Amino acid sequence: MERVPITVTVNGQTVSAEVEPRMTLADFLRDELGLTGTKLGCEHGVCGSCTVLWDGAAVRSCLVLAAQADGAAITTIEGLATEGQLHPVQQAFWEAHALQCGFCTPGMILTAVALLSEDANPSEQAIREALSGNLCRCTGYQNIVRAVQLAAERLRSSS
Amino acid sequence: MKSPTFAYERPQSLAEALALLAQKGADARPLAGGQSLIPMLALRLARPSVLVDLGRVEGLDELTLQDGVLVIGAMVRQRQLERNALVAEHLPLLVAATKVVGHPAIRNRGTLGGSLAHADPSAEYPAVALALDAEFVIQGPRGERVIPAQEFFLGPFTTALATDELLTSIRFPIPPTHSGWGMAEVARRHSDFALAGAVALLARADDGTCARAAIALFGVATRPLRATQAEQALVGRPFTTETFREVATLATESIDEPLSDVHGSAAYRRQLVPVVVRRALEEAAQRAAAR
Ligand SMILES: Cc1cc2nc3c(=O)[nH]c(=O)nc-3n(C[C@H](O)[C@H](O)[C@H](O)COP(=O)(O)OP(=O)(O)OC[C@H]3O[C@@H](n4cnc5c(N)ncnc54)[C@H](O)[C@@H]3O)c2cc1C
Ligand code: FES
Ligand code: FES
Repeated sequence: MERVPITVTVNGQTVSAEVEPRMTLADFLRDELGLTGTKLGCEHGVCGSCTVLWDGAAVRSCLVLAAQADGAAITTIEGLATEGQLHPVQQAFWEAHALQCGFCTPGMILTAVALLSEDANPSEQAIREALSGNLCRCTGYQNIVRAVQLAAERLRSSS
Repeated sequence: MKSPTFAYERPQSLAEALALLAQKGADARPLAGGQSLIPMLALRLARPSVLVDLGRVEGLDELTLQDGVLVIGAMVRQRQLERNALVAEHLPLLVAATKVVGHPAIRNRGTLGGSLAHADPSAEYPAVALALDAEFVIQGPRGERVIPAQEFFLGPFTTALATDELLTSIRFPIPPTHSGWGMAEVARRHSDFALAGAVALLARADDGTCARAAIALFGVATRPLRATQAEQALVGRPFTTETFREVATLATESIDEPLSDVHGSAAYRRQLVPVVVRRALEEAAQRAAAR
């Protein structure tokens, strides 16, 4: 099968590669770039654990072909911390006990980052709606919502 | 859960895309946002040999207002519809419908044309297009044809599109200012596919009675439907709760081939129809009155 040449910016670094057409962005990130922070739960778009940012907007990396991502800027969970400092949303997840096994966490955090970039002061309802596409089998969601509220508060006061 | 192999083409123009579809035959499949097609590939429910990615085809993502008609390109992303000022002003119904299509991450990629061409019987956009009497602009090797929404949806995941044709834009006539719209659905979670849903548009006559009614149902039959009996029964009647209650029960009569699956039986969905229709009508009547 003919490979497709792509150039993608991942966490600020430009990467060029030749990919098989059927390779998803998720598999490209995990298997080709070794960025295994992006998790694959269902691989057909229902669990949200593979969520990454595409030009700042949340997308499911199992529902995008790597070939389609040519020219895009992708941010994965590995790209959030700066100079060893956790991103405020990561920090809030830690402090608010918003994770147990952690499998859903990268997707939850990136979904929350996308939400807060558009709405600095989301209501609890808005947070729940934004996260409604991300499944967590452990936490019961309460602390995840609290973590997003905590992060929102801190981001507002720091800006 | 990995897709079988396929080839990938990325045309830049509509002519190039159509030529590829014509040349590759029925094994080729257009790829829009991929939010339905990629899961189908992963589950191996679809096995095309070539995907023709419409992502770079010029001219498919325009959104313009032309003589009272909102013309929306097939590749306009759902997230764009949610935020576009023209849509918010002239077709707030489309914004409301968009907000319950999947989740933000789905809408960031998913397109209007992809949802319509996919023709999921539980999807919102097809019912909105039916209620608004939208027209579908289709391009193919035989040129352009324009067909009404009523003739586009043929069955579950089946439309009037031939395998060598593309849906290029959808023309939504803007409803008159004295009309009101309403939409109601029952779903398990926010943004899940509806177990039953209704879209309603009502126009009020000067004497306060119903001048025109359009009611479209989704999630209850193998394709979206207009509830014609209910619409006809409503015209000339006053906008009262009793009228809506009575008319809403008539809506079930339009269901010819009921939808039934693991998410909801035909009987359950049927029971929900009068409920969602009444809610949609009441909402529409309120908006028609507020003007
Ligand atoms: C978790 C999840 C939840 C969802 N929830 C909802 C929901 O609540 N309501 C809802 O309505 N939808 C829902 N969807 C579906 C979503 O709206 C899809 O984006 C949409 O159905 C398909 O649009 P797309 O642009 O992604 O099309 P694609 O997946 O790329 O294509 C879908 C089909 O249409 C064909 N096609 C695409 N564009 C054209 C064109 N221009 N001309 C001819 N054929 C074309 C393709 O060949 C394919 O067969 C959900 C999806 C997911 C994954
Ligand atoms: S792995 Fe992508 S949504 Fe589940
Ligand atoms: S913490 Fe285990 S799935 Fe969410």
